[in-house]
Amino acid sequence: MLLIRCPHCEMERPEIEFRYAGEAHIVRPPDPAAVSDEAWADYLYMRANPKGLHAERWRHIHGCGRFFNAVRHTVTDKILKTYKAGEPKPDLGAFATSADR
Amino acid sequence: MSGPFRTPSGGRIDRAAPLSFTFDGARYVGVAGDTLASALLANGVHLVGRSIKYHRPRGILSAGAEEPNALVTVIRDGGRVTPNLRATQIELYDGLVTVSQNRWPSLHHDVGAIAGCFSPLFPAGFYYKTFMGPRWLGSNWAWTRVYEPLIRRAAGLGRAPTSPDPDHYASRYAHCDVLVVGSGPAGLCAALAAAQAGGRVILCDEQSEMGGSLLSETTAIVDGKSALDWIADKIDLLSSQDRVTLLPRTQAFGYFHDNFIALAERVTDHLANPDPASPRERLWQVFAKQVVLATGAIERPLMFPDNDRPGIMLAGAAHTYLERYGAKPGHRAALVGSHDTIYRAALALARQDVVIAGIFDNRSHPDSDLIPLAREAGITVTTGATIIGTSGRLRLSKVRLGVLSDDGSARDAGDLACDHLLMSGGWTPSVHLFSQSRGKLAWHPDKQAFLPARSHARVWSAGTCAGDNELSEVIENGFAAGENAARAAGLMARPRVAVAVENAQTLNGGSLGELPHPNRHSRKMAFVDFQNDVTSEDLKLAVREGFQSIEHVKRYTTTGMATDQGKTSNMNALGIMSSQLNIPLPDVGLTTFRAPYTPVTFGTLAAHSRGDLFDPIRRTPIDSWAQDNGAVFEDAGPWKRARYFPKAGEDMHAAVRRECRIVRSAVGVLDASTFGKIEVVGPDASEFLKRLYVNDFRNLEIGQCRYGVLLNEAGFVIDDGVIGRLAESTFHVTTTTGGAARVLHLMEDYLQTEFPDLACWLTSTTEHWAVIAVQGPKSRDALAPLVEGIDLGKASFPHMSLAEGKVAGVPARVFRVSFTGELGFEVNVPADYGRSVWELIWQEVCLYDGCAYGTEAMHVLRAEKGFVIVGQETDGTVTVGDLGFGWAVGKQKQDFVGKRSLSRSDMIKADRHQLVGLQTVDPKIVLEEGAQITIESSSTAGAAALGHVTSSYWSDALGRSIALALVSGGRKRRGERLHVPMPGGAIEVVVTAPVFYDPKGERLGG
Amino acid sequence: MTQFSFLNLVREAFGGQRGWREQWRSPAPQAAYEVVIIGAGGHGLATAYYLAKEHGVRRVAVLEKGWLGGGNTGRNTTIIRSNYLWKESEAIYEHALKLWETLSRELNYNVMYSPRGVMMLAHNVHDVQVFKRHVHANRLAGIDNEWLTLEQAKEFCPILNISGDIRYPILGAALQRRGGTARHDAVAWAYARGASALGVDIIQNCEVTAIRRNVAGAVEAVETTRGTIRTRKVGVVAAGHTSVILAMAGVRMPLESYPLQALVSEPVKPIMPCVVMSNTIHAYMSQSDKGELVIGAGTDAYISYSQTGGLHITTHTLDAVCELFPVVRRLRMLRNWGGIVDVTPDRSPIIGKTPVEGLYVNCGWGTGGFKATPGSGHVFAASMAGDDPHPIAAPFSLERFTTGRLIDEAAAAAVAH
Repeated sequence: MLLIRCPHCEMERPEIEFRYAGEAHIVRPPDPAAVSDEAWADYLYMRANPKGLHAERWRHIHGCGRFFNAVRHTVTDKILKTYKAGEPKPDLGAFATSADR
Repeated sequence: MSGPFRTPSGGRIDRAAPLSFTFDGARYVGVAGDTLASALLANGVHLVGRSIKYHRPRGILSAGAEEPNALVTVIRDGGRVTPNLRATQIELYDGLVTVSQNRWPSLHHDVGAIAGCFSPLFPAGFYYKTFMGPRWLGSNWAWTRVYEPLIRRAAGLGRAPTSPDPDHYASRYAHCDVLVVGSGPAGLCAALAAAQAGGRVILCDEQSEMGGSLLSETTAIVDGKSALDWIADKIDLLSSQDRVTLLPRTQAFGYFHDNFIALAERVTDHLANPDPASPRERLWQVFAKQVVLATGAIERPLMFPDNDRPGIMLAGAAHTYLERYGAKPGHRAALVGSHDTIYRAALALARQDVVIAGIFDNRSHPDSDLIPLAREAGITVTTGATIIGTSGRLRLSKVRLGVLSDDGSARDAGDLACDHLLMSGGWTPSVHLFSQSRGKLAWHPDKQAFLPARSHARVWSAGTCAGDNELSEVIENGFAAGENAARAAGLMARPRVAVAVENAQTLNGGSLGELPHPNRHSRKMAFVDFQNDVTSEDLKLAVREGFQSIEHVKRYTTTGMATDQGKTSNMNALGIMSSQLNIPLPDVGLTTFRAPYTPVTFGTLAAHSRGDLFDPIRRTPIDSWAQDNGAVFEDAGPWKRARYFPKAGEDMHAAVRRECRIVRSAVGVLDASTFGKIEVVGPDASEFLKRLYVNDFRNLEIGQCRYGVLLNEAGFVIDDGVIGRLAESTFHVTTTTGGAARVLHLMEDYLQTEFPDLACWLTSTTEHWAVIAVQGPKSRDALAPLVEGIDLGKASFPHMSLAEGKVAGVPARVFRVSFTGELGFEVNVPADYGRSVWELIWQEVCLYDGCAYGTEAMHVLRAEKGFVIVGQETDGTVTVGDLGFGWAVGKQKQDFVGKRSLSRSDMIKADRHQLVGLQTVDPKIVLEEGAQITIESSSTAGAAALGHVTSSYWSDALGRSIALALVSGGRKRRGERLHVPMPGGAIEVVVTAPVFYDPKGERLGG
Repeated sequence: MTQFSFLNLVREAFGGQRGWREQWRSPAPQAAYEVVIIGAGGHGLATAYYLAKEHGVRRVAVLEKGWLGGGNTGRNTTIIRSNYLWKESEAIYEHALKLWETLSRELNYNVMYSPRGVMMLAHNVHDVQVFKRHVHANRLAGIDNEWLTLEQAKEFCPILNISGDIRYPILGAALQRRGGTARHDAVAWAYARGASALGVDIIQNCEVTAIRRNVAGAVEAVETTRGTIRTRKVGVVAAGHTSVILAMAGVRMPLESYPLQALVSEPVKPIMPCVVMSNTIHAYMSQSDKGELVIGAGTDAYISYSQTGGLHITTHTLDAVCELFPVVRRLRMLRNWGGIVDVTPDRSPIIGKTPVEGLYVNCGWGTGGFKATPGSGHVFAASMAGDDPHPIAAPFSLERFTTGRLIDEAAAAAVAH
């Protein structure tokens, strides 16, 4: 069970208080009508699914209810940073060294 | 005296407390402090089981959790049958009943042993190579009818219980600064250091008593005390601290992410008369800031031909039985090995007047202080020697000695009589939990062991599991690990007093792999994995057949896959692989150390989650009334919903027909409280709903409702419900029963992450309101007398209106909506008033000969009107267009969730499955829901389906059956005759519009 | 290749087992192959076998990062069935099932296909509707699947708790009698042995590090830890690692990789004659020939390549197992492990071409790929050998995510195993 720090509550809580919500920083096209079928499919379905650092969304559903983002290493499952939704995507490269451990 | 092989004094047993027990029906006496294994040994019983494949007689090999052979079934009263328990871990209690396993008719005379005669036919993986014929019987016939049933019957160990387990199990979460696993010298010291630093400490140990290897330590003096006194001191010290939790009989079995450790505590299995209120076992789920692993080491057997007879035992185990349990393994011992443990065991046995027939050290030039001691005691020590065979059917009677030459071969050196043989191939550090914590292991050639190297988790290892050998070193490193852990947990370690250790025996040595013997390729079997009957020849065969990965060899031969998970065998298997492949041992690789360390009871893992606690039951505020009034309930997600209210003599169909009839002719009440309700509030509430739902809500007037449909971004219908506007910035949104949580989650997602600019707030009000649907031509008459502040009149409160007022004196939101096609209202009152308001409405309803109706009648009534149920008419692949709800889509809207997907090529195809009505040509036939629809009447296999029946009922109002269906290009097929193929022949149907009753909706306006 | 037969077993019994040859060769990689398959799991090895056997493509290499069959092939709960809802799924899983029925013979390797029946439990009215829909659809397609009453279900699996006193009482079940289990490892070994005998090179401990493309963008080679291998056709059959491999060619996929856990009990004498699945309360159980109860759990919530999931996933499954089979409550979990499953948005596989010329993919089998192994390899081989996809594979193209023509088994039944 992961321990996840909610950036809104500012405390670590067990994973079962949270709900995973997929890859982060996938922006819904502001005008969906203007994008091609391919671009729309990309938005809907294409995912990085990386083996390594992953910026992803979580919701503290059994806590404050807020969505936030986390950087997690998908091989070790270690969460390296959590931050509020809307904040810019961190430079994943900066985590590379610590994450390899 | 509890058995002829009991020593006169010493050990951790109470000779004054005899305990009677049975094994295979024979009655024996042991004493308090015994395990089943020690009690049997004290009674001279070595034969305790039969092996899985060859049914070879097997004895007790070890003294701990690693035991591969001595598996028994423990039988208690009331169906409490537990198979496959290790005799080495079963604590004796008075009246303990145990039986052996996997033998017929008896342990001594097992017919299955005949398999041993055919052992050359059963090499590793033999079953992959045969049982495929005979061809003329057809593929698989013989396998499925003959061979597989035979194999299944032969396989398996004990028998599962035949009745449900009457015991219960508990579960607990715990947090601590330092969790120490293992209470041997290293673990005790680590716990002390962490406790002295003021930390919250949990110390767990799988054994009944704390102390680990020190419990059988009789020579060493620690801090001027005997080992046992020192342990007692330290345990006292630890138990006096309220921040320390001591958990004996508790196995740490799994190490998960983020220092989450699972422990299994055996609470009552050791008691003769457990308190029925006590759980049998308890699952501890521990979040530990830091973990110290002091898990010790496991002794390895030696691999020589027939190394598996009862009477052949690990030397360290024999030492433990003697010193801790006062049980002698026999009268006349031979010892063999490559590790000094054999000398320690021999010296201890000799002190108890066991005749030592000889010590045979595999090493040509062993260097141990104990050798001169042994010789002084008159024991013959032969170096460069081995065992090349053993004899004795049910118990060892003699061993054949071998002399090792420099070239690595062995020469026959004659027989030696003995009644037990103690062996030691050295000790394997228990790095299972460390490895589970994702820590990296490193091979230490000097110690012939994999030891913890780089940690991934917040974990420290100390003692023999970390390669520490000398007791002083173990104690020192135990303290250090405890201090390090405490410091890492943010505590201040206190300076410690050095611990003096005197007279500790230093034990060195060890070997891996098979010992040489002169008769190579003989039919003699040298077992690697005792329980799974895997021999060294099996491993070699696997390598010859091209299996070069240790994982392949493990799976092909099943070595290491028995219930002991290879604790005594894995390193030896690696040793054989290494020499067979001629590569260094670490290059062979390691198999994964998988949880659990030892088997864990299913019940313990399930703990409290049983029966009603399996999943919380949700009941509405009106549920108790439905129960009082004989409702039959159905599960709808976690909810219990009243399905129908049968009167005496009515079955479901009769009750539903009556309920439908009364709603259509008079009035009925339905508990609709389970529908999801979300309050959407804020200046941008209408804009938010507009972006979410296909409909437009900006133009919805205050006091009005609208039917809303919600899609996912892929364009498929996922929910629907009525949405009412209470004020400019306040909406009352309803969802399906099952969709409530999902819809709120989705709304929060969009609001927080896609549209954070919108000023709008969402609150789940599902539990806040009890909802009473009053439906039928008399509904207004029934409801009106109770309503204050709302004029329910036709003109002032038309269909799809909403108003706040009072019902039965209680603040209420009243909707004029209908899911039946009749004049209808839905009354929302605060949940606490749900039942009382319901009862007042019920009194009024009774005046009109109304009824309470359940979900089944609701379904019929809505189907007659063609109203869909999301999840029944839809299955996640249905669009608004498919449902014919194009009218609902806000024409002025640029965008809403899922809109973009609707223009994709597959979403606009003419042959999409569209919602239609179906009427059977024979009106009496009610179609089966889920039935397929075809053009042709003769449905040959592989015929294409046009669609399927989504809802089907007998309609009392229409006097015939009705059905809704999704049919390819369905709307264009109105009037077409199609077929519904059934096992008894196709049923002819006519495609109609999906509304059967009051198509113009005249009754709604009443 | 030594023929496997009882006769040869007897012969070897007298010959000290010295006559058994290696089951597959372990050659060094050659400089070039006609086709390179990445991933030596069941699907990849089957693909290579059928390429060699049915399409005459003999210069095939199967590259494996670790040891063959070490991924999901060796980590699943071995359930085989074909009673899927949509006709596209019915076609591919039934194709596989028919191949299972003769697979031991075909490969001269006893893969222990055991059609002991797969029973899927209904716990509420909705389940009943969904399963009956499956029964009707399958019957029309000529696939066996029948509805069992509560009592019939109990008769088929006597340890099932059909009383009303459990939280979600069982209402009935759908049964596919031809469904069952097989010995998972043996499937990989059997295909490896068969393919190797036909000249396919299986190269283990060979990790692909790059996919090289020519100026036109087409595949021309793969870089591996054992050197460069030239080829113009690459088939990626890497399950949970598909996204990682395809990213090397710049291809993004509609895939997410999740840990999926399974566990076995200690072996006991036979108590469980069939496979039982309950999707509603998340329990899947059968008993192996060895006597272990084999239990499937759900996926963890988050994507991961760690092969370890949370304990709460395992305990949740055991909650359900103990409810359905109360006699197993005292049995013990022996081994718990995880695999990495690649899941598509519609829970159906992707089989066929990628946007890169010469790069093919067979992935997205999610939690239920084992049952498809022979069929998947068979149609993928045909799709790679010819220019057009095998008709059974054709609907499982990547482009369905653009057109919206999904094959959504998950939405239809919430059944993925």
